[in-house]
This record gives sequence, structure tokens and C-alpha cells, in this order.
Amino acid sequence: MSSLQSLDVKQRSATTSPSPSVRSTVEVAKLIDISKCIGCKACQVACGEWNDIRDVVGTNVGVYDNPPDLSADTWTVMRFTERETEGGKLEWLIRKDGCMHCAEPGCLKACPSPGAIVQYANGIVDFIEEHCIGCGYCITACPFDVPRISKHDNKAYKCTLCSDRVSVGLEPACVKTCPTGAITFGSKQDMVDHAAERVLDLQERGYQNAGLYDPKGVGGTHVMYVLQHADTPEIYHGLPANPRISPLVSLWKGAMKPLALLAMGAAVLTGFFHYVKVGPNDADADSEGSGDARREKTDPRVTNREA
Amino acid sequence: MDQNVPIVRYSDGERINHWTVAILFVLAALSGLGLFHPGLFWLTNLFGGGPWTRILHPFLGVVLFAGFVVEIARFWRDNRFEDCDRQWLRQWRDVLANREDKLPAMGRYNAGQKLLFWVMVVGLVMLFVTGVMFWRPWFAQSFPIGLVRLAAFVHAAAAAILILAVIVHVYAAIWTKGSTRAMIRGTVSTRWAMKHHRAWAQEKIK
Repeated sequence: MSSLQSLDVKQRSATTSPSPSVRSTVEVAKLIDISKCIGCKACQVACGEWNDIRDVVGTNVGVYDNPPDLSADTWTVMRFTERETEGGKLEWLIRKDGCMHCAEPGCLKACPSPGAIVQYANGIVDFIEEHCIGCGYCITACPFDVPRISKHDNKAYKCTLCSDRVSVGLEPACVKTCPTGAITFGSKQDMVDHAAERVLDLQERGYQNAGLYDPKGVGGTHVMYVLQHADTPEIYHGLPANPRISPLVSLWKGAMKPLALLAMGAAVLTGFFHYVKVGPNDADADSEGSGDARREKTDPRVTNREA
Repeated sequence: MDQNVPIVRYSDGERINHWTVAILFVLAALSGLGLFHPGLFWLTNLFGGGPWTRILHPFLGVVLFAGFVVEIARFWRDNRFEDCDRQWLRQWRDVLANREDKLPAMGRYNAGQKLLFWVMVVGLVMLFVTGVMFWRPWFAQSFPIGLVRLAAFVHAAAAAILILAVIVHVYAAIWTKGSTRAMIRGTVSTRWAMKHHRAWAQEKIK
């Protein structure tokens, strides 16, 4: 995708000066209510249709997940988890996986190419593939293991939250197509409010630990889940309980950058001023006489005293 | 004896080896810095833009590492630490103040050069190993994400330390007159050798 003029930019990768931001927009969010999902994969189909991407037809890997993983051509995938409840009943947890559109995106922090990843004022995190250099730092930094590099063009791809549709006032394709209303879209606040009602409803129906997944470790997300078991998000195919940008990535793409350049600059200057003060270590200059003799020849203080 | 008599310090092979590695280091460092700090992203223009820098940097690194392995084989013997090196390091103030006459006689390399040599050995091995671990699209996906993150961090840290070491190395060559010529043309004067590496000089003119 190319950057959309109608959406203001909040953050831009590898850019240290402010981005154009005179307008303020409402923060948007997609809410995925896992308790309402029937696993029909209509959202997967709609995603491929709207974005005009087709993954290769794969093989059955023994579970319903199809394709088995996200890819450069599959920006969302249903993750099916079968588990036994304490009562010995089967519980089928189906999570629509894809980019979470973090408020503090690790991908954007790590990206070395100016403007290859942008975060719009409405919260959508978008990859601008024309600026992508294919280094994969976004993959390294993502707490949710979402970006994928295409084998064809070595560019990184992921869910755009249909930024093109949202910019003209439409909901994302997956939301539009969901037959059960498990996916809703609107302002982040509306979605949080809606989730609160859903959570209450689930709690009344026996899911005491139902809750909203909007992890604070990444500043909150613009894709949120209603989970029946919000106390253990890991059971939803490894959804991280406390996602955050790895401290190693924070150091690498944070303090280390200015400190390393500062140290290099300081080293060069130290060398220069050492030369200015001490001068060269020159074996051949010594041959013209002892150090003291030379100093007498050149040091004006010495000659002044003699005069 | 004539103090101007030239002594061979570096053979043709040693010089060509050194400069091959040096040129590759500069290229690898410039391309790496372009990907390290946004303020230096313009350096990627020297390599044909962002994607080309991403493609070339690891290959430059691999060739650099291969060249450096040959250099290690050539020079490691002369860089073994000895007792007199400790004394030399203790007198670092005399070193920096050009009071070389007060320092113990040094072999082919002084303690500072030896230290630099081993920093480079450790640094380049770390850069090579960690670089492979997040080399896309070839190898990164074979390593767990935690290891890839560690590799990216260590790679950047090791590179920063190595660039600092090379700045010291280059400055030492500018500071100590005659050593740049030694690495370009191969010879030093007897006077130079006696002043900077007396033990080595005495060995050579025996």
C-alpha cells in the first residue's frame, strides 16, 4: 500500500522529526468477540478478496487451520484450539489471528527504512511496501509474530486493517462479511464500551473470567478480543498474556543508537585533540636531535628567555 | 649501523590481506551504519538504496570474515600476550605522552596492538555468528525469535565496539609516523623499528 493522504500520520519508521499531524482523527478499533465466532473463515476469504491476494492451495495438516499459518498472501488466519474443560467437555476456541495494530508497534520501532511503516492518527499501523527493504526487523520486533516477508519480492506484508476502506469511511472487509457479528468495528472507545457489555453478558452466563484483551504492554491495541477466559490468553493458540516489545529490541533500537554514534564521534575527536596536544610519535624526527634540543629550537618561550 | 636501512615489516601477502579486509570493513561498516541509525540511512545510497544495502551487507561481511580468518592465521603468533605487555599497559600514560623510551622493549606488536587484535578477533567472530542468525531471507527463520532478537542486539553492540576499535587503530597509524607506510609499502627504517619495536628490530637485524 502507499501512504494514504486522507489519513494523518502519527508515527513514521526511522524518522526522528515530527510527522504531519495538524488534523486529529478518532482512534478506531476492531473488536473480535471469540465467543461469537463459528470459525467459518468468511473473514479470511473477504480479506483475500478485498486485498486481491491468493495464497497457494496447501495441504491438510490435520487441523482446521487453513492455511496453517499467516503468510505474505494470508493476512488473517483462524487459529483453532480444542481443549477439555474442567467438566470434561470439549471447548473449541477459534481466534482470528493477524496484526493487532499496537499503539506502540514494535515493527515500527525496529524498521530501519524511513516511512516503510507508518502509524496513522486513527491507530492503524500500515506497511508501505514501496519503502520496505526486506530486512525483517519488523518480524524480529513484533510481539505477536505477525509480519511475513514475501518469497517473491522480499517485502514484508500484514493486515492493513483495510486502511484504504477505513480512509473512505468503510469498515474493514472482514468486519463487513462476518455473518455472526463476532467482528465489529468503530471508534476505540465504542468498541471498549461494547466489549464491556459482552463481558458482562458472558460473566452472567458462567464465564467468570471473561474479559477484554487490550494489552497495556504495547500501549493497547487497535484489534481487541473478547475472551471467555481472559485470565489465560495463552490457551487461545498462544496469544501472549503480557505482550511487549522485547527489552533487547528496545535497547537495540533505543538507547544504543545515539550512544554508539556519540561514542564514535567522541573517539574521533579524542584522537584529533590528542594529536593537537601531544603531536606525532615520529621516530625520524627524533634523529634530528633529542626532544629537548628540538623544543628549544621551536618553543618561543625558550627563545624569549634567551633574548 | 645505518639507521635508515629499511627492514621488511609486512610481506606483499600480508599487506594485500590487510587492505582487502580493511576495505571490506569500511564497506560493511558504512552499510551497517545505514541500517543502524535513521540519521545515517542516507549511507544506503552508496550501495544502491535500501534493498541493495540489505542484500550486499551480509555478503560483504562473509567475505570480510573469510579474509580476516586468513589474517588471524598470519598474525596470531605475534599477538600472544607476554609479561612485558602488562608493564607496557600499566604505563599507558607514557604511551599517550610519547615517552616511548620509558616503556619496555616490544616485539613485533606492542600490548596495545595485541589488545586491539584480540578485540577484533572476538568482535568479528561475534558479528559473523550473530549476522548469520538474522540474515534474511536465508537463515533467520531457522532460529527461534528470542535468539534472533539477541543476535540483532549483539550484532549491533559488537559492531559499535569494533568500529570504535578501528577508529583507535586508524588514529594510531596516523599518530605513529611510518606505520602507514609500513602497511602500504611494506618497510620501516631501522630507526623506526628500534624506537617502537626494539625486541623485534634486534631479532630482525641479527
